[in-house]
Amino acid sequence: MFRRDPQAPAETVREAVPAVVPEVVSAAAHLTDEQVEALGAELDAIREEVEASRGERDARYIHAVIRAQRGLEFGGRGLLLFSKFPPAWIAGTAALSVAKILENMELGHNILHGQWDWMRDPKIHSTTWDWDHVDPAEFWKRSHNYEHHTFTNIRGKDRDLGYTVMRIMPEEEWRPAHLLQPLTNVGLSLIFEYGIALYDIETDKIRSGEKTWAEAKPQIAATLRKIGKQAAKDYVLFPLLSGPSALSTLVANFTANTVRNVWSHAVIFCGHFPDGTETFEEERLEGETQGQWYIRQMLGSANLTGSKAMHLMTGNLSHQIEHHLFPDLPSNRYAEIAPKVRDICERYGLPYNAGPLPKQYAKVWRKIIRLAFPGGHERYGAPKPTPRSRIGRAVRRAAPARVAA
Amino acid sequence: MSSASRFRDSRVARRVRAVAGLLITPLVPDDVLGTLNPMWSRSAPRARVVRVVRETPDTTTLVLRPGTPFARHVPGQYLGLGLQVDGVWHWRTYSVTSRPGDPLLSVTVTAVPGGVLSGRLAHDTPVGTVVGLGPAAGEFTLPEPTPEKLLFVTAGSGITPVMGMLRSLDPAALSGAVLVHCDRTPTDVVFGPELRALAARTGLRLVERHTAGEGRLTPDALADAVPDWAVRETWACGPAGLLGTLAEHWERAGDPELLHVERFAPARAASAEGTGGRITFTTSGLVADAAPDTPVLLAGEAAGALLPNGCRMGICHTCVGKLQAGAVRNLQSGELIDAADQPGRPVRTCVSAPTGDITLDL
Repeated sequence: MFRRDPQAPAETVREAVPAVVPEVVSAAAHLTDEQVEALGAELDAIREEVEASRGERDARYIHAVIRAQRGLEFGGRGLLLFSKFPPAWIAGTAALSVAKILENMELGHNILHGQWDWMRDPKIHSTTWDWDHVDPAEFWKRSHNYEHHTFTNIRGKDRDLGYTVMRIMPEEEWRPAHLLQPLTNVGLSLIFEYGIALYDIETDKIRSGEKTWAEAKPQIAATLRKIGKQAAKDYVLFPLLSGPSALSTLVANFTANTVRNVWSHAVIFCGHFPDGTETFEEERLEGETQGQWYIRQMLGSANLTGSKAMHLMTGNLSHQIEHHLFPDLPSNRYAEIAPKVRDICERYGLPYNAGPLPKQYAKVWRKIIRLAFPGGHERYGAPKPTPRSRIGRAVRRAAPARVAA
Repeated sequence: MSSASRFRDSRVARRVRAVAGLLITPLVPDDVLGTLNPMWSRSAPRARVVRVVRETPDTTTLVLRPGTPFARHVPGQYLGLGLQVDGVWHWRTYSVTSRPGDPLLSVTVTAVPGGVLSGRLAHDTPVGTVVGLGPAAGEFTLPEPTPEKLLFVTAGSGITPVMGMLRSLDPAALSGAVLVHCDRTPTDVVFGPELRALAARTGLRLVERHTAGEGRLTPDALADAVPDWAVRETWACGPAGLLGTLAEHWERAGDPELLHVERFAPARAASAEGTGGRITFTTSGLVADAAPDTPVLLAGEAAGALLPNGCRMGICHTCVGKLQAGAVRNLQSGELIDAADQPGRPVRTCVSAPTGDITLDL
């Protein structure tokens, strides 16, 4: 319908660009305002359809996942009471690792997004849920649900772009410290949940004075309490309960936490960092319409392909594009709407970035290694901003209520 | 204090509970119990329907076995019943018709045309269904000691809270009491056979008025049937029209202090409407849009907010939230409550509609 003509002249750019930087055009540059809004209306219709059909089936799904997760966790911990026996250690550690991954990804992340608030079940609600993660839910909800999901891939606003410790886009000025970022990333992957908690404390803002100590202190105290609870459970109480198996249970719990860290780090880094995901200038936000917001979410996100089990284990973040379009729709519906979203992308000539995990993760690693060194614009430079004329006129778009929740 | 309860409150026991809590953090013990069996949850009490009694074509008594010990109610009170319909929890209140201390709990539900929940509960709730259980509440109860001269005036499903009282009163208190009950025909009377038998057995005087033939109950008709109505302490429950008539009559010709009424639906001031607006709930950060006549509670629930609620008709004050900004109109009195006059004023969300955008601490 609106296929892009590769021979079409590049959009005129507003600013002069350094001569060495080749001109890259946003994958959505060929769309007219009308097309952008038509695309927005199609996506709105998908949201309405899902909202109108939420019901019994979805409720059964989330209850089943909760039961399965708790069963795996209690079963795994039960086996680990006898972790001196290698088969018990292996089965217990595997069960606990899977349980922790499900707990953080399909349950915690999604419930805290408010995906299940519509059931009005006080036990499964974004305002009451807590997760097995050292970052207290309230801080996560602010930094993730609000900041990341509202300012997705806006350079300078979306702190998730590199998590303030890595250079993930060439526009960020290179510093010698970036040479270490491949190592930083290995470390972050191993301790991911602590990294997220530290990141949410926003030490960078405390250093710059943007955030005061008075603001940070209660948050740090709450985080330390959460860390203390998890440590007491995984590294003191369950090992003690295991008696002669104490040490092997401690190692098992440490392993499960680390497996969860490495897995969730990989999945999450594949959400916005693989090749082809676009980043945007802050001024794009001014007067951004719903249609333009949708396009930013789609161009800034990448999906993972795989089996049903794979989607479940990623908390359906394998449907990162669908999740970013509709952060508060139930996760079990993303797979159902994915073909429709893909079809829209095809019809409007937009890329739909998807690939298997190993491939996408390798791309992320290649980018992190390349951008540890200066430059990188040739391969990873962001497209030039859409000309002003394309953005103006439209009414200022308020962040969707539920995203801000 | 028994040794068991002494142990429960001891420091050792508290330590044990704290350690047990750490073993399952971030869950709480109740989450674990509720996962194993929803009936074991204490924070979200559940009950199983063990018997369904069809009282009349539109009225059903559900006999419930609570999953956890249920706090004693006072006859005349209502309790919250929750049911998941299409995945969504809906809550309403219904009168308890069993006696305090009965091993099973009975609630009697009349299907309201167009109601989401009452029709489902009255017609389509088989034995075995698990329902949510809210605490018993309500002021429509008899004082201690029981007044000597009692009068009950009820119509339709208004008999249900009074049935709870009649079943609990001892025969001595019942003899001399009068029940005036209105319904369309003799067969429409909820608990009809039981009421007639009770009257025959105890000396309770039962006056049935069948409105299909005799018309609605008027103050004159009441005075004809119960000449000493003015000296009797009276409990009345039924449609808003009847209660309005009675209140006026007691105001004019009797002692209003002696009349106690229970409404099933909030009385609405004729002109009371908000203008609608956007509601921001500070606890959840949720935002909901309300139409002019939509109470804050309903608009919030539709947007997925978890809000405290009880009677849902302005009586129990369970749903109160502090109004931080904007103004709401009370749908019952028409009163305008503006945060500009006094920020943090408590408002009952179930009977308040926003006039413009508001911020509420809930």
